[in-house]
Amino acid sequence: MIRAARGPTLRRGIVSIAVFLVLWEIGSNSKAWLGFTIPLVGAIPAPSDVVVVWASLLHDGGYWQSCFLSVLRVLAGFFAAMIIGIPFGLALAINRTAYATWFPTFEVLRPIPPLAWVPASIIFWPTQELSITFVTFLGAFFTIVLNVIGGARSIDVRYFQAARSMGSSSFDIFRRIILPGVLPSIAVGAAVGMGITWNVVVAAEMISGGASQATGAGGGLGFFIWNSYVGGSYPQIVVGMISIGIAGYLSSELLRKLGQRITPWLRTH
Amino acid sequence: MSLAWGKVTGESRNGAVEKGAIRIDDVVKVYDPDGAAVLAVDHCTLEIQPGEICMIVGPSGCGKTTLLNAIAGFHSLTSGAIYLDDEMLCGPGKPTANPGPDRVVVFQNGALFPWKTILDNVSFGPVMQGRLDRKAANEKARQMMSDAGLSGTEDNYPGELSSGVRRRVEIVRALMNDPKVLLLDEPYRALDSLTKSVMHEALLEIYYKNRVTIFFITHDLEEAIFLGHRVVIMTTRPCKPKKILDVDIPHPRDYSVLTAPRFRELMEETIEAVHEEARKAFEAGEREG
Repeated sequence: MIRAARGPTLRRGIVSIAVFLVLWEIGSNSKAWLGFTIPLVGAIPAPSDVVVVWASLLHDGGYWQSCFLSVLRVLAGFFAAMIIGIPFGLALAINRTAYATWFPTFEVLRPIPPLAWVPASIIFWPTQELSITFVTFLGAFFTIVLNVIGGARSIDVRYFQAARSMGSSSFDIFRRIILPGVLPSIAVGAAVGMGITWNVVVAAEMISGGASQATGAGGGLGFFIWNSYVGGSYPQIVVGMISIGIAGYLSSELLRKLGQRITPWLRTH
Repeated sequence: MSLAWGKVTGESRNGAVEKGAIRIDDVVKVYDPDGAAVLAVDHCTLEIQPGEICMIVGPSGCGKTTLLNAIAGFHSLTSGAIYLDDEMLCGPGKPTANPGPDRVVVFQNGALFPWKTILDNVSFGPVMQGRLDRKAANEKARQMMSDAGLSGTEDNYPGELSSGVRRRVEIVRALMNDPKVLLLDEPYRALDSLTKSVMHEALLEIYYKNRVTIFFITHDLEEAIFLGHRVVIMTTRPCKPKKILDVDIPHPRDYSVLTAPRFRELMEETIEAVHEEARKAFEAGEREG
């Protein structure tokens, strides 16, 4: 299980990031410092340039607006996927008729990459915002549903038998066996789904061009990156990328913590 | 060979138990996966007295668990009937018994709910049946756990305890339902032999305090003779009684019984029958494999 990093773990984490930054700095400055350009890395803005640009962006409302918009879309899509996906998955897991009726459709739609939905989504949702959120929702939805179904299916039949012989009603079994039994899978599905929503939201923002194309601000981090590329501001591209990395890491970590809290029996001592 | 209760019992029990007689009457079970009919239980008839520890011995896969599942209400019968006292659990017109707290199963690998603390596990039955509110159920659970030497584990999750402790908790959880019958399906199979011997004495200790009928499936003959009033040796698939042994060693028993001459005699009397079935099961397995 993951715990707060302390002592050697924390030190190693810092060393790992520091070494990465130093190698990157050397790579980016290879032409000036070493006399030749290291391929690929040599073309990337150096971390020192990125930090400078980032520091100036911290006073820029547009950057914060982009972060805020992306987070909002991720949260909206993610929670919609949880709210719809968990009951839907449970229904499919416990009811054979529901499973036979819905699962084939679900399985046909599932392999379609969320990004393939972008054009269709732009056509049938009234606003740009809703289409991006919808695509984000799809990213998490399928993962969460599959995890709930799998989790409910893998509950040991002995738990059901034991509960029934101790006088549990069907509702008791649902509430006291199935629900706690799928919690670990929901936690896993949520963490994986959250990762996917970040992948999807950024791509969707790039393709759809952001909410307000005139200024370039307000389009989310995906549009921020794309706009920086078009405008030739390469350090800003990196700022956008690292911002997504940090946001994705923080949200996954938060979900892992939450997941551990709702499944205290899985904690190792 | 008489299938009824032997002469042994009167002297070894205090005779207070009146409920919990099981009558297995000409039971047949055919599994039919994909049309390939497999006869699992073949015209099995057996009577178990109230408060008896009846040990069912047979090689793995012989069909004894099928019988237990039919009593518990987890599987249906093909024909025949099973009675608990005067009530027909399953039989003509009712192939599957309703699972109920009068017959609680303790499973081979344990079935404590991993997401509930030990205390919540133990008080689960009475709360579910609405017989006790949570507070009263917890109180009773603490008392029974203390009697079984399990105090101090109440707030743990099952995953934090050793398998021996978990198995004892599970027997206490079963007894919380005031069952007439405990159905044990090789409960100690996964334990090492030292832990097993401790578990046997612990089970007997619990049994002497709570006389219920015990239907105990095992493939360990020594375990069977040590614990049981009677040992029923089953034929390998299809399953039916091959030999019934009255264990005339008086209860209460402790581990000194294992070295008693009578115990060795009983082992000798039965080991051949068990071995023969084991060989048949092995050869059948070879053919299938």
